Amino acid sequence: MSSPFLDRRGRPLVVVTGMGLVTSLGWGKTENWPRLVAGHSGITQISRFPTSGLRTTIAGTIAPPEGAAYSAYTHSLRIAEAAADEAVRQARIGSPRRFPGPLFIATPPSELEWPSLAQLYERAGPTAGTGYQRLLAAARTRGFDDLRAHVEFASIADAMQQRFGTTGEPLSICTACASGASTIQMALERLRRGEAEAALCVGTDATVHPEGLVRFSLLSALSTRNGPPEEASRPFAKSRDGFVVAEGAGAVVVETYQHAKSRGAEPLGVVLGAGEKADCYHRTRSKPDGSAIIGAMTKALADAGASADDIDHVNAHGTSTPENDKMEWVSLAQVLGPRAGTVPVTSNKSQIGHTLIAAGAVEAVISVMTMTEGVIPPTINHNDPDPEIGLDVVANSARTARVRTILSNSFGFGGQNVCLVLAADPR
Amino acid sequence: MVQEREAWVTGLGIVSSIGEGHEAHWHALSGPPVVPAQVDSSSHAPYTVHPLGDVDIDRLIPSKADRKQMGTWQRLGVHAAGLALEDAGVAGNHQILDRMDLVVAAGNGERDEAFDAKVLNKLCILEPSAKAPELNAALISGLRPTLYLGELSNLLAGNIQIVHKVTGSSRTLKGEEIAGLSAVEDATRRVAAGQADIVLTGGALNAERDDLLLSYELAHSLWTQPFEPVWRRTRVGGGFVPGSAAAFLVVEAKEHALARGAKAYARISAIVSDRSQRASSGDVRKSLWQLREKIDNDLSNGPTGILSGASGAEPATSEEHTFLGEWIGSSQAAIAVRAYGTRMGHAVEAHAPVGIALACLSLVRNGFFEPFESDPLEKPNMAAPERILVTSVGHWRGEGLALIERIGIEARQP
Repeated sequence: MSSPFLDRRGRPLVVVTGMGLVTSLGWGKTENWPRLVAGHSGITQISRFPTSGLRTTIAGTIAPPEGAAYSAYTHSLRIAEAAADEAVRQARIGSPRRFPGPLFIATPPSELEWPSLAQLYERAGPTAGTGYQRLLAAARTRGFDDLRAHVEFASIADAMQQRFGTTGEPLSICTACASGASTIQMALERLRRGEAEAALCVGTDATVHPEGLVRFSLLSALSTRNGPPEEASRPFAKSRDGFVVAEGAGAVVVETYQHAKSRGAEPLGVVLGAGEKADCYHRTRSKPDGSAIIGAMTKALADAGASADDIDHVNAHGTSTPENDKMEWVSLAQVLGPRAGTVPVTSNKSQIGHTLIAAGAVEAVISVMTMTEGVIPPTINHNDPDPEIGLDVVANSARTARVRTILSNSFGFGGQNVCLVLAADPR
Repeated sequence: MVQEREAWVTGLGIVSSIGEGHEAHWHALSGPPVVPAQVDSSSHAPYTVHPLGDVDIDRLIPSKADRKQMGTWQRLGVHAAGLALEDAGVAGNHQILDRMDLVVAAGNGERDEAFDAKVLNKLCILEPSAKAPELNAALISGLRPTLYLGELSNLLAGNIQIVHKVTGSSRTLKGEEIAGLSAVEDATRRVAAGQADIVLTGGALNAERDDLLLSYELAHSLWTQPFEPVWRRTRVGGGFVPGSAAAFLVVEAKEHALARGAKAYARISAIVSDRSQRASSGDVRKSLWQLREKIDNDLSNGPTGILSGASGAEPATSEEHTFLGEWIGSSQAAIAVRAYGTRMGHAVEAHAPVGIALACLSLVRNGFFEPFESDPLEKPNMAAPERILVTSVGHWRGEGLALIERIGIEARQP
């Protein structure tokens, strides 16, 4: 029995019907897309806090609206809401505050930042003891109840559920820098199980604050090429020296093809498959033979019912760290075989930096736009290609291309590897 | 349509204030309650916690280098995960581990409390303009590079991968209690739908930390009075007593378990969750009734045990008590409740996995636990249950139910 609504394995086809995007290049797809195609960079000197003494002083930040304060919680929620609102509006699905499906959301660490800790500490005063005793005494005064949302692990998921009226328990997912892709994978699984007809997938991260920056700096993960900032993120270039932390949110409305058709919605793209493979080598590095990354790519292709020959573009993880970009090349060379040098590859992180928890969702949105617009955004700063990397990098300027099937890669600390296969047309 | 497969529990690993393993937990919980309760009310006063019992949490983590990279919560979880893998007979079986999926429920890891205290002490005496440069300098020179890896939610999973080589896939869910239930739910539904064959799932909590207590004190969710059992706390405002614990389950498709000759504890027959807005009184009770309606299994044949994951926090605990009372009152069958948080403390992300592990133990041991406190719901002398319903009502959000059923005595020798 063959149905246009089922994939080759008889599972419901899952399509994308709405997308939203907030990055350091702008709010919304219409602000982002022309700047992506033009090869602009969103990376600047950090002005949110003094950077004296820090080895890295640049990031891809998103300014809060005029007069609005920054905290990782409020800002991550703010950009998540903006991206999701854009996606839901484009999909024209449900009614206001009634989204007909569950929420899968990737959110950054839920924690008290230093200004909050200092505020608690100073309020309680020395009579309350020292260290955490003093912080606890301040918390007991009930004068800081608004900070609970910063440390409750699903507070962003909860606020989003209330705002959009998604059904059931909203899932907060963390697979480190693969989280955004994991939200789409988990939605795909649930829709294929027939437990829902639609889902809202969001990745958000707005954690450019001193400790957020220093953590990655101490792990030697960040670029220290502070000037000019727009040249720091150089995926696949010989002179790459680390990633640039950035803020961003991506949102995707997915639904079964049947559900989309029945309500007259046109698919923007198809989530053909997803694959995940965990690494066990090291907390921040992947197995030298790339087997876990290769495993994620291979599983994604198998899940999609696609072959490596079907892939006509790779939206790379491409962080611009020496380690990642080399491993991604080694793995792609294995999976794509002789075509590894001719399939166009790009890394959006060259322009918008590494949006960490959000990256997989942000890059899924850009991937689908690549197909609908027929243009691959460039990998900027690609003036000195790494001779050891044989990829066909879309260097410095956008490339017009008819792209039908994309492999979108997301890898994270903790041995997380998630790959999505996205396609232009239902098949 | 997808043919549903049975999801069996074929391995359990549990550590808590009671100690380690099946025998210790069965023995402690099926006997009369220990008086006074084994809690620590002084180290973190005014808060009470259930400290970790006598457990060698490094036994299954042979590499010193690995241990140094982990926070205590991660070592607890990695240990319990190792116990579950051993119990399921798959530890070291790389052919299976390489395709075993991992779903973990986790909060944040542990901060360096001494470092935070030192920095705050310095900052508070500085002029505003001097604070930022001092903070930058302190972070650069004082933060341990690996600390962030101890804090990252997904690094409990990451360490399980590294130490035990579970490498099919790995995902971590955040969101306090309901994340723990959702993790088991994700594992169960993937197994049932054929999206996974064998999954390791669970969570861990190190309760003996002031940074953790601070998070929960900001919402005033903790119990600050002399220790009382869970239901009794509702009479005086409520609050939860955190307990150090970790529990991991191996959830496996029946066919897969039979094919490799695995013994099984029980089947997860139904697992459902929701998040009511808790905007008005009665929302939690209503949500639990709706979830109860979603479980269409026959619950009338033989006794039913209920392992309540009630935290003691209000109003959630009172509303759950009302729901359970209404349900028992409307049923002809024998039903008895045990709020296991009374004995083990509240393990937040790990609490639902702990409850499901205890349910499996009870079913396979062919008995039920003695009442944990004097309460009309905790009826004594309960016959061996045919099934156990585990409740998971988050202290501030999320409601869930898991139905664990007996497979048949031949399936596993205890």
